[in-house]
Amino acid sequence: MIAPPEQLSKDEQFDIEAFLAGELSKDLLRLATAGSVDDGKSTLIGRLLHDARGAYEDQLKSVRRADGVIDFALLTDGLRAEREQGITIDVAYRYFATPKRKFILADTPGHVQYTRNMATGASTADLAIILVDATRGLTDQSRRHASIAALLGIRHFVIAVNKMDLIKVKQDVFHDVFEHFKPFLDSLGVVEPYFLPMSALLGDNVVERSANMPWFAGAPLLEHLESIEVEKPISAAFRMPVQRAVRPDQTFRGYAGQIASGVIRPGDEILALPSGRKSRVTRIVTYDGDLEIAHAPLSVTLTLEDEIDIGRGDMLAAGVEPQTARSIEATVVWFDGTPLDPSKEYLLKHTTQTIRARVANDTELKMNDIGAVRIALAQPLFFDPYKSNRTTGSFILIDRETNATAAAGMIK
Amino acid sequence: MAWRISHLRALEAESIHIFREVAAEFQRPVMLYSVGKDSSVMLRLAQKAFYPAPIPFSLLHVDTTYKFREMIEFRDQQAASLSLKLIVHSNTKALDAGANPFRLGTERCCGLLKTQALLDALRAGGFDAAFGGARRDEEKSRAKERIFSFRDSFGQWDPKNQRPELWNLFSSRLNPGESIRVFPLSNWTEMDVWQYIHLEDIPIVPLYYAKERTMLVRGNSLTLPELDFIPPGPQQTVRCRMRSLGCSPCTGAIRSDADTVPKIIAELVAVRNSERENRVIDHDREGSMEMKKREGYF
Repeated sequence: MIAPPEQLSKDEQFDIEAFLAGELSKDLLRLATAGSVDDGKSTLIGRLLHDARGAYEDQLKSVRRADGVIDFALLTDGLRAEREQGITIDVAYRYFATPKRKFILADTPGHVQYTRNMATGASTADLAIILVDATRGLTDQSRRHASIAALLGIRHFVIAVNKMDLIKVKQDVFHDVFEHFKPFLDSLGVVEPYFLPMSALLGDNVVERSANMPWFAGAPLLEHLESIEVEKPISAAFRMPVQRAVRPDQTFRGYAGQIASGVIRPGDEILALPSGRKSRVTRIVTYDGDLEIAHAPLSVTLTLEDEIDIGRGDMLAAGVEPQTARSIEATVVWFDGTPLDPSKEYLLKHTTQTIRARVANDTELKMNDIGAVRIALAQPLFFDPYKSNRTTGSFILIDRETNATAAAGMIK
Repeated sequence: MAWRISHLRALEAESIHIFREVAAEFQRPVMLYSVGKDSSVMLRLAQKAFYPAPIPFSLLHVDTTYKFREMIEFRDQQAASLSLKLIVHSNTKALDAGANPFRLGTERCCGLLKTQALLDALRAGGFDAAFGGARRDEEKSRAKERIFSFRDSFGQWDPKNQRPELWNLFSSRLNPGESIRVFPLSNWTEMDVWQYIHLEDIPIVPLYYAKERTMLVRGNSLTLPELDFIPPGPQQTVRCRMRSLGCSPCTGAIRSDADTVPKIIAELVAVRNSERENRVIDHDREGSMEMKKREGYF
């Protein structure tokens, strides 16, 4: 995918400027895969890395079996325990690129007992690949994977119906999965899921179009991943949680943060929370010079017209005001081995602030459970619903005694 | 409107966010400065993160004393030009006892001069957070490591019991004696690092550039004979460069004509082996990186 070496003879002048111009026009797509080893997930990822040149020759050598066949699962399962037990335990991140895009792939385990790891991988992804084993058809696991991905706010789905090479009446099986899965995805609010018949083992419809399934006219997986348009949180209202106040000397006072959503220009009016004071942006300061405009997800430093007391944990906002509440409704995924204890006080970390919190409704949640909670907070929280803003709508709960990350939550 | 930003700018924004989070939430952060290209990129990102204020932490170099001479020159020059405090720490006890990879083997040598030295230096400085330049694309156990990687009071990593990391929310709660290693370049690839060096015109150690060097040649391995305990062997003048930098006895050069960053990138496009291939230490044993990391290696 990146120009193969055989195209670059030694004498040929490699046009680095043209190459770099191409590289710099690439954007980034973050995706997550869900599935177990049995679904052929490792084979699929191994093939993407192999065919899109995300794996190096010496790494491949170390996972090639005696008969020369590459065991793709060994390429992706990085921990000794995983290689010994032949299962994926934790999220692993993979990197590959094509001339159009760079990809960060969160490779997540599919088993029920690792739901929390799947939630972790999905939390930063724009797109989910849900693997369905064609020989087994749609399972509860497929539905669960799709539910978690949708819950974590992923809007783009690829339903990869894998192992088509093992099926005789291919079209029927593929359509059967579509008929049964589509209504379920609709109910989750998934827009235009892309159903794709595939054989990761043979490489059918992964990078190359399959000659074995002429009845399928759609693009192979990689082409779909390269071309899909992902909405970025730019149209949303401006939000910037303040990480630090920057005061190198008496003459400069700025507020550093990563823009969570929206766009900002010098002259724009902003609201500082929790003080509720309004001011205008005077400069967007960066090491590379002041900017005329900045948008999510850039990290910048803003200076304001007025001297307002702003520090870490505060938020700068424009447009529709964030909600303010001492009590929030949320969906949480429980992570910790110790179940939820409503009598216990937790620390809720949201953007750049940490607040004491308690779960106010009587509910039981243990590791890998997902449930609805009402959380009472020691101070007001400034937030947006998770559905409209993944950064200002998410939080983690920390156990104060063990420091464990007990749960991850999405505000309703 | 150019709402789309390139993957490099997206990675840069993410790394800056990480630097600022650590500076805000920890008492005594330090940057592990290994002098390599990844450290050079980290330094630039740190400058950007805190601008117009200076970088609010020191650099720590764990010096095995077997690093290439050019690395040490470059290190001192960088720290001076950025007015940063540079802490250099060596395991002098082990060195006095004659530790070197030929006498001890690479595993024990690394254990004493890198892992033990690092743990001692972190404890001596009372550092609760240490930035490292490791990337997840380097090695498969690193692919699973968190950006905020928790270490117990013995500096150990427990890969099966890592703190979940969702969105860009990092838990920084520690008990006394515990610490975290922070990897702001987690999501960068080797190609991203080189493109960024080119784009930003970031200074790097000249050993990365190809030139004629007098090398010890044994089969495919090219070693720079800077240290007297390296067993003698046939020497040749070879046009070569280092793809990654470590200790001179254990870091091989590759034959190359790439004497500029663009040429290095062109070489990278064509190359099919990972950068750690010439590092003896990764191949000591199956899963050797994971084992070293469990013990506290960075």
